[in-house]
Amino acid sequence: MTRALINAPKSARRGEIIEIKAMIAHKMETGYRIGPNGQPIPRDIIHRFACTYGGVEVFAAELFPAMSANPFIAFTTVAMESGTIEFAWTADDGTVERASVELAVT
Amino acid sequence: MGLARRAVLAAGGAGLLALLLAPSSARARPSLQEAIRGFAGSAEIRPGRVRFDIPPLVENGNAVGVTVAVDSPMTEADHVRRIGLFNEKNPQGDMVVFHLGPRCGRASVATRLRLATSQTIVALAEMSDGTVWSAEADVIVTLAACIEDLS
Amino acid sequence: MRAWSCRALLLLGMALAVGGQAPHTDRRSGFDFMAPETQALQQDDASNPGMLWVLEGEALWQEPAGSAGASCAGCHGDAAKSMRGVATRYPAFDSATGRPIDLQGLINQCRQARQGAEPFAAESQALLALTTAVAYQSRGMPVEPVTDPKLTPFVEEGRRLFERRIGQLDLSCAACHDQRWGEKLGGSVIPQAHPTGYPIYRLEWQSVGSLQRRVRNCMIGVRAEPYGWGAPEFTTLELYLRSRAEGLPVETPGVRP
Repeated sequence: MTRALINAPKSARRGEIIEIKAMIAHKMETGYRIGPNGQPIPRDIIHRFACTYGGVEVFAAELFPAMSANPFIAFTTVAMESGTIEFAWTADDGTVERASVELAVT
Repeated sequence: MGLARRAVLAAGGAGLLALLLAPSSARARPSLQEAIRGFAGSAEIRPGRVRFDIPPLVENGNAVGVTVAVDSPMTEADHVRRIGLFNEKNPQGDMVVFHLGPRCGRASVATRLRLATSQTIVALAEMSDGTVWSAEADVIVTLAACIEDLS
Repeated sequence: MRAWSCRALLLLGMALAVGGQAPHTDRRSGFDFMAPETQALQQDDASNPGMLWVLEGEALWQEPAGSAGASCAGCHGDAAKSMRGVATRYPAFDSATGRPIDLQGLINQCRQARQGAEPFAAESQALLALTTAVAYQSRGMPVEPVTDPKLTPFVEEGRRLFERRIGQLDLSCAACHDQRWGEKLGGSVIPQAHPTGYPIYRLEWQSVGSLQRRVRNCMIGVRAEPYGWGAPEFTTLELYLRSRAEGLPVETPGVRP
């Protein structure tokens, strides 16, 4: 189960700027912590976040180990047309977690 | 050989030995200036246009909330392309780079960062005309009480 | 930094009198002692990381488990209705064991007895998620007073544990949390040690964790051997903390530094 929380309005007027908050559960292991055997615990983070709206990437972020665990990003986008806003988080091992919300634009 | 010269040679030798023996994590990480250069390339960095909100004192460095807003009309002709955050004393200088565009409507982002210790954080904004603007803040990080040895 | 605060603690311990009263007249949640940014984090459901565990718990609530193939929802229906108020009454008396039982213990008891499934491991993701989701249904409701006379001896035992000096630093919970709340320990303000936000998202852990985990941190902090996971002392202590927090609102999922 993708443990992600998206906070976005369900509807907006065309041209209105809406705020989106996206948070996903992930340890964001930095690679700098030393494990019980004295060796560094290998890095394992989400390194990319992307928001696609009507098939167009409207916002993205490159994440580094300095991002907090359970990374949280808030950003804005302009309500253009009714449709699906999709979110993708890419981890170091290549896995991609996804979530989406529907936006009704009047 | 005079005492002074012997002392200098000994100090130099000890320094070299220390550098050779230092674990890789102890060798200086790329400085804040180098991390900033990595983002801005050869563009001149001008203070201004970036509003950077970060608490001056945080009770835990693991989740420091920051907001960056840039003064920009966010039109096709004039918008913010990227916003980057950089630090002075974490193990690495990069923290996050946001990619924006006219579809954002506003250049305003918020996130939570990890700060290893009290230090300076710099926010940079790259505009569509290639100019780079900056703001910086000093943050004091306090440690939590009563922790585990390794969580 | 930690060594420095240990010496400070030692001096503090030597200066304090034995015993102390619960802060009856000026009871305040740990929320009140946090920085405004941390308070804001707890209050915004869209950015409170603990809500990720509520989300997971709500999903687990629907999942069938064990030999009975039963889900929590199968018996308890909509958690928002059936679990409302439950967290305000726990730990409660468990007739099966003749001892107090907390929410996590109750969830595991249900898992074994009614779902025919293995109990969740202590501090496991699934157990924390379910406990958080259940306690969340009581958010905003005041902690109920402990009125069951069968619990009285356990409340007294819990008080004794709270006031007992332990560890190399020879400090009791009461020494800091009854007598020195509001003062500083290193860079942190000492709260009154109420259980109302649990399971909490602790910024130090970067994860949700139980009251047991937090109390273990404190015991390590005073250089005492922590009670084992699931030890009866924890539930007894939690019961005393519940009685001491009577009337304060449940805040789960709380955020704490």
